[in-house]
Amino acid sequence: MSTIVRIPPTLRAEVGGERQVPATGGTVREVLDDLTSRFPGLASQIVEDGDIAPFVNVYVEGEDVRTLDGMETPVKEGSTVILLPAMAGGVDRHA
Amino acid sequence: MPSYRELLQQVKDSIEEVNATEARDLLATAEPPLLVDVRERDEWAEGHIPGAVHVPRGFLESRIEQVAPDRTRSLVLYCAGGVRSAFAAKTLADLGYESVISLDGGFTDWKRNGLPVQLPRSLDLAKRQRYSRHLLIPEVGEEGQLKLLDSRVLLIGAGGLGSPAALYLAAAGIGKIGIVDDDRVDESNLQRQIAHSLQTLGEWKAESAKRTIEALNPDVEVIPYLERLTSENVDRILGDGWDVIVDGADNFPTRYLVNDAAVWHNIPLVHGSIYRFEGQVTVFKPHEGPCYRCLFPQPPPPELAPSCAEGGVLGVLPGIVGSLQAAEALKLALGIGDTLAGRLLLFDALSTEFSEVSLRRDPACPVCGEHPTITEYIDYVEFCTGRPSDTARATHA
Repeated sequence: MSTIVRIPPTLRAEVGGERQVPATGGTVREVLDDLTSRFPGLASQIVEDGDIAPFVNVYVEGEDVRTLDGMETPVKEGSTVILLPAMAGGVDRHA
Repeated sequence: MPSYRELLQQVKDSIEEVNATEARDLLATAEPPLLVDVRERDEWAEGHIPGAVHVPRGFLESRIEQVAPDRTRSLVLYCAGGVRSAFAAKTLADLGYESVISLDGGFTDWKRNGLPVQLPRSLDLAKRQRYSRHLLIPEVGEEGQLKLLDSRVLLIGAGGLGSPAALYLAAAGIGKIGIVDDDRVDESNLQRQIAHSLQTLGEWKAESAKRTIEALNPDVEVIPYLERLTSENVDRILGDGWDVIVDGADNFPTRYLVNDAAVWHNIPLVHGSIYRFEGQVTVFKPHEGPCYRCLFPQPPPPELAPSCAEGGVLGVLPGIVGSLQAAEALKLALGIGDTLAGRLLLFDALSTEFSEVSLRRDPACPVCGEHPTITEYIDYVEFCTGRPSDTARATHA
């Protein structure tokens, strides 16, 4: 099962600068496993203790998987998965 | 051919009329009729019956469907003395309105009976010219423009997002704009922060933006707050009374602080954020839609959250995102349209694509959820960086 995963700009360095990469899997967990096995640098940035890291949102067809079945949310062939970490905004002088 | 008097008599015989006290009683019923003032603009401007809508006789046929789409709803029409409204009632009956009543004696008789009169505010000639393109839009119009002139919007930050938002809100005639920013204008800001210029290098950004706004639109009162928003000052600043907050903050501690304060003060928050070519925009409406913590319960660890200072940003990107924020703020101030509440709009300038994801309220949200666990301001720097705020401030200094 092949899907397209959209990579946010803050994580693109981990996937060779690509804006989106194909991945396989029938659930969010399988898709993320496939992704992190090929791009190990992503693992710590999107997964925490076997679950989606709390500072990242994962959307399947525009819906937040936390409101569906989380890691077990089914991913259909050809659907788009969006990874979305929070972005602070402008010039961060303080954090 | 009937004479004018005969024609008027024919019309009056064919319609229903009430006198002033009967009209007052009708308007006090559980399902009051819609009251329509058919006089000219200058007559309306000198006072009208409270609750009336204004549709001048000359525009009656073309505009009545906008104010009274339901032809079964009862209408009471009035003019100055009851003649124009009688002819208008006949016209509306011909248009299929089932129950149209004319106020015999009109507004003159209404006033003579000592019944209440509302003196409307209206725009003066200069404002009618300045805002003429707003006045032409049915969803805004004079009433909407007066609403904007009465509105108060607080901007968090006068940087990349705050600059375009401030300029468009000021140009639109938002009556009062507060700007919270403790930073000064630097040369590296001018690539995108269009409220500032070479003339204001080194000035407080809030003061620099104030000067730009005042040169653009003297109708706007600007309140600069030359301070960083903190747990200590946030209640004072928000307590000054704002209808909408536009968040153009540049750091996570301020984002979470503004969110919590907006929920507790019950003020809608227009969120925007940017990085390189991409932006995110949404509206957080307290207790109606999700809040920032429903979207991102935790900020990313600092090492995973590169800032624009480290990663850069395309100069026009905040112009697009900040303008979208201004559009949302104007809709909120006017009470029109569908805002981005419950939707996160994603913009990618490199591919020129907009996309959207759904946002939902988190019942377990620590601030706006069913059983909130955070009920007062916390140390937001520590929450976002793991270091208490004093250490973080020392590092920054």
